[in-house]
Amino acid sequence: MQKFWNDPVTWGHAGLYLLGAIAVLAVVIVFVTYAIYFERKVIGWMQYRRGPNRTGPLGLLQTVADVAKLLMKEDTIPAKADKALFILAPVLAFVPSFLVLAIIPYGLNLQFADLNVGFLYYVALSGITTIAIVLGGWSSNNKYALLGGMRSAAQMISYEVPLVMSVVGIAMMTESLNLREIVIYQEGWFWHWNFLPQIVGFAVFVVAAISELNRTPFDLPEAESELVAGYHVEYSGFRFAFFMLTEYIYVYAIACLATILFLGGWNAPAPQLDFIPGLVWFALKFACIVFFLFWIRATLPRLRIDQLMGLAWKVLLPLAILNIFLTAVGIEWWGKGGG
Amino acid sequence: MIRTEELLLNVGPQHPSTHGVFRIIVKLDGEIITEATPVMGYLHRGTEKLAENLNFTQIIPYTDRMDYVSAMTNNYVLVHAVEKMMGLEVPERAEFLRLIVMELQRVASHMVWWGTYLLDIGALSPFLYAFSDRERILQLFNELCGARLTYNYMRVGGVKWDAPEGWIDRVKQFVRDMKTKLLEYDDLASGNEILLSRIKGVGTYDAQTAIDYGLSGANLRSTGVKWDLRKNEPYSLYSRFEFDVPVGKNGDCYDRYLVRMEEMRQSLRILEQALEQFPEGGETMGKVPRVIRPPVGEIYVRIESPRGEIGCYIVSKGKAEPFRLKFRRPSFVNLQILPKLLVGESMTNLVTILGGIDIVLGEVDC
Amino acid sequence: MSEEEKQEGARPEGARAEGAQPEGVRAEGAQPEGVRAEGARPKAEEKKQTEGSPAEAEAPVRRKETDEEKAARRKAAFEAREAAKAAAAMAAAQAAKEAANAAASAPAAAHSAAPGAASADGQAPPGAPGAASPGAAAGAAPGSSRPGVAADAAPPPPPPSPNRPRLDRAVQLLRELVAEDAVEEAEINEPNDHLPTIVVKNERWSEAARLFRSHPELNTNYLRNVSGVDHETHMEVVYHLLSLDSGHGYALKVRTDRDTPQVASATPVWQTANWNEREIYDLLGIDFPGHPDLRRIMMPDDWVGHPLRKDYAPLDSEV
Repeated sequence: MQKFWNDPVTWGHAGLYLLGAIAVLAVVIVFVTYAIYFERKVIGWMQYRRGPNRTGPLGLLQTVADVAKLLMKEDTIPAKADKALFILAPVLAFVPSFLVLAIIPYGLNLQFADLNVGFLYYVALSGITTIAIVLGGWSSNNKYALLGGMRSAAQMISYEVPLVMSVVGIAMMTESLNLREIVIYQEGWFWHWNFLPQIVGFAVFVVAAISELNRTPFDLPEAESELVAGYHVEYSGFRFAFFMLTEYIYVYAIACLATILFLGGWNAPAPQLDFIPGLVWFALKFACIVFFLFWIRATLPRLRIDQLMGLAWKVLLPLAILNIFLTAVGIEWWGKGGG
Repeated sequence: MIRTEELLLNVGPQHPSTHGVFRIIVKLDGEIITEATPVMGYLHRGTEKLAENLNFTQIIPYTDRMDYVSAMTNNYVLVHAVEKMMGLEVPERAEFLRLIVMELQRVASHMVWWGTYLLDIGALSPFLYAFSDRERILQLFNELCGARLTYNYMRVGGVKWDAPEGWIDRVKQFVRDMKTKLLEYDDLASGNEILLSRIKGVGTYDAQTAIDYGLSGANLRSTGVKWDLRKNEPYSLYSRFEFDVPVGKNGDCYDRYLVRMEEMRQSLRILEQALEQFPEGGETMGKVPRVIRPPVGEIYVRIESPRGEIGCYIVSKGKAEPFRLKFRRPSFVNLQILPKLLVGESMTNLVTILGGIDIVLGEVDC
Repeated sequence: MSEEEKQEGARPEGARAEGAQPEGVRAEGAQPEGVRAEGARPKAEEKKQTEGSPAEAEAPVRRKETDEEKAARRKAAFEAREAAKAAAAMAAAQAAKEAANAAASAPAAAHSAAPGAASADGQAPPGAPGAASPGAAAGAAPGSSRPGVAADAAPPPPPPSPNRPRLDRAVQLLRELVAEDAVEEAEINEPNDHLPTIVVKNERWSEAARLFRSHPELNTNYLRNVSGVDHETHMEVVYHLLSLDSGHGYALKVRTDRDTPQVASATPVWQTANWNEREIYDLLGIDFPGHPDLRRIMMPDDWVGHPLRKDYAPLDSEV
C-alpha cells in the first residue's frame, strides 16, 4: 500500500484504503475473538482445567457467544453518572486503539501508513486511552471506579516514560523512529535482532508494556479482589465490550510493536529460512509474545500500587537511562552495528 | 498544600475479597485507610437460639454450617463436649476416624485459605491448584459420609459411618501425593518476589497484642507464642502422635503464611502416624443412651480448629436440649484485631490483612 | 438445679406431669423402668403440649393404676397448683427445706430430666403434701438464696480435686485483695477437667477482673470465651480465662438480675471481650457499662428485643 502514499487521492485509492481498513478490522476482531479463547484455553491448561469447550467445536464459538450476550444485555447507565462522559468514555478508549494499528508494518510492503515518527505516534495515541479510562472511572460516580481510574492514570502515565525511554536505544542505533526502517535494520541472523544488543531495553520494554496493558501483575486499575472491577465496574453490555475490546486490541498492538522493535519483525531468524514468507515469521513471533503475556497472567500475583510506582520510577527509569548511556558508549566504540 | 476530601468507602457485603458477606466501612485519605469499622451479621442464622429447641444429634448439622470450610472440627467440638459431660467412652476406631477426618479437614481448610489468599493477592492459578487437590479430600469425605461440605459425620459417642473398604489406603495414597504437592505449592508461590513484597511486614502485631485480642491458631502462633491446643491441652488421641507446632517470629502476614504451610505438613505427619496405627475392626459407636441427656451442669470444651480455638460452652438442665449453647468461634474473635491493623494501611493491604486473618463468615456470624 | 425443678413444678405443666408421673420418668437407670422411661418420654412431652389433655389417656398402657389412685393424683396436682398461687411465706420456707432434703436424699432425682416435682417420686410421701411442697418451694425460691446448690454439693463427699488448691488460692486472693464479699460461690467443675469456677459478686467484678489479669499467681492474660446465659431467674455472664504461661484456666461468673441486667465491661482488661460483650448485649440485652462501643453486632440496629432471652417472642412464629 506504500506506493499509493505519495500519489494524489482518487476514488480508487480511497476505496482500496477503505477495504484495507475493513480487512484490518476483521483481522483484529478475529484476533480478539481467538485471543480471548486462546487465553482461556492456555490459562485453563496451566490450571489443570479444560477451558471453554462447550460452545461450538472445541468451544471455538465461546467468545462469539459471549459477545452476542454482551450486545443483547441491557445497557445501564447509573442515575447519578455524568451521562455524556459516561457514554463518551468507551468510544474514546476504543478509537485510539484502532488508530495505532495504522502504523504497524506486517511485511516489507504491508503497512498502511509509513510514518517517520511511527513509534511516537503509537505512544501519543495510546495516551488518549488513559484519559478515557479516567473519564470512565470518574463519570460512573462510583468510588471503586474512581479509585480504579485514578490508579490507571497514575500507572499509565508513569509507565509511558520508561516505555519510551527503553526504545530510545533502538532509535539511536537505527537513527530512525520509522517502524519499517527499524525492522529493515534488523535483517540478517537472529542475533542481529534488537533484543540481544538491547537486552536491557527489551526487559524494560516488556515490563512497561505489560503495565501499559493493565495486565497481571500490573492489573491494579481493575484489580478484582480490591476494587471489584475498577474503572468499568458500572459498565455493562456493549459499552463494557468496548473496554474489553480496547484491552485486547492493545494486546495485539503491543505484541506487534515488540515484534517489530525487538524481534526483527518479519525477518527470518536465519537468512536460509527466507523462503518462508515474512508474514509467517511475524505471526509466530507475535504469537510467542501473546502467549508470554497470558503465561505471566497465570503465574504472578499482583503488585501493590506503591510498589508499582516505585518500580517505574526507581527501577525501570534508571535502567532505561542506563541503557541509553550504554548504547551511546557502544555506538561510540564499535560503531552502529555493535551496541 | 492541597486539601483532599476524605472518601468513605463501603467494602462489602458483596465484595469479592471479604470472603463472604463481611462488610467494612473504611475512611480513605487517598488510598490510605484512616478508620475502619467492621459490620457483620449478614450471615447470622441464630444457631445458638435454634439449638435451644433441638436435641444434640439435631444440632450437629448446624455446626457444619458454622465454619463450612472446616465442618469436621465443628462436629467434633460439639460431640466432644456432650461426651465429656456425660462421661461417655468413644471406641478407639471411631476416635481414630475422627482424628483422621479432622486432620484431613485441616489440610483442606488450609488449602482453601492458601488458594483464596493468593487469589486476593492477584495470583490466579494457586486457587485452582489448591481446589483441585482439595477435591480429593472432599472425595474421600464423600465416600465416608456422602457429603462434600456439610458432613454431619460425627455423633455423640462415635461416628455415623465406618470407613468403607479401601478408604484408609486411599487416604494413605492421598497423604503421599499431597506431600509432593506441597513442595509444588512452595515452588509456585512461596518464594515469589511479588508475593513476598506484598505480605512481608504487612499486618504486623506482637505477641502481647495477639494475646490481648485473644487471637488463636496461626494468628497467635505467627507471633512466636507456641500455643496449640493439640499439644497444650491434648484432646482426642493427639498425645499419641509426634508433631511440631510451627511458630513465626514477626507476626506479619508472611509468618502467618509460613505457619499455615507448615501446619499442613504437620497434619500430614499426624495423618501418616494415625493411618499406620489405625485399628483393625472394632465398633464405631460407643454405648450411648437412646436419648442423649447430659446431666445438669455446664462445660466449656475447646479444640484446635484450622482457624484457632473453637470452643463449645453448654449449659444443661438435664434435658435432651441444651439450655444454652454457645460457640466460641475463632474467626469471630480473631477478626476483632482487624480495625486496629488497618489504620494507616492502603486499600490493597486491607485485602492482604483480611485474608491473612483467615475468616469464614459462617463462623463469624454463626 | 433442684431449684430449677421446683420452678418447673410450680407451673401447670409440671403439675400435670404429676398425673403422668407413674411412668417412672425419674428413674434414670437406677430402677428397672429406666429404659422404658426413656422411650416414654417423648410421649409425655407430646401430651404436655396439648393443653389440658387428661393424663389417663396414656397411663393404662404403661402402668396399671386404679381410677381412685389417678383421681387422687390429679386432685393432688390441682392442689399443688393452688398451693403455688397462694403459698404462705412460713410454709414456703419449710417446704423448701423439705424439698432440699428430698433432693439430697435422692441424687438421681437431682439429675433427672423431666420437669416435675422432685420430691413427688418414691421418697416423698405420696399425695397432697408431697405434691404441694414443690409448688410452695418455688414460691419461696426467688427469696431464698439458692438452696439447691448447697443441697447438690453436700451429699457425696467429693474426691479431692487436683485443682482444689488453685481454686482456694484464687478465692483467698479475691477475698484479700478485692473484698471480703467478692466471692459468692466457688466450686470445681469436675466433668470440665476440674475447672475452678468462681461466682464473683457483680459489684466487685471489674476489680476482680483486674486482679486476675495482673496478679502474678493468677496471670490469666488470655480471655478464651465470654458467654451470656439467661437462667430465667437471673442472667449470668461467664468468662473463661486462661493463663498462657502456666496453662491454668478459670471460669468466672458474674450474675445480674433480669430486669436491668448490668455487668461491668471487661474490655478495658481484655480486648477480646469487646465483640463478645457486644454479642451478649445484642442477643441477651445485658448492659456492659465501661464498654467502648456497645452496639448491636449480629442483629440489625433497629431490632426490637434480644433473641437469646428465654422469654423472647419471635416476630414471625412460622420461622
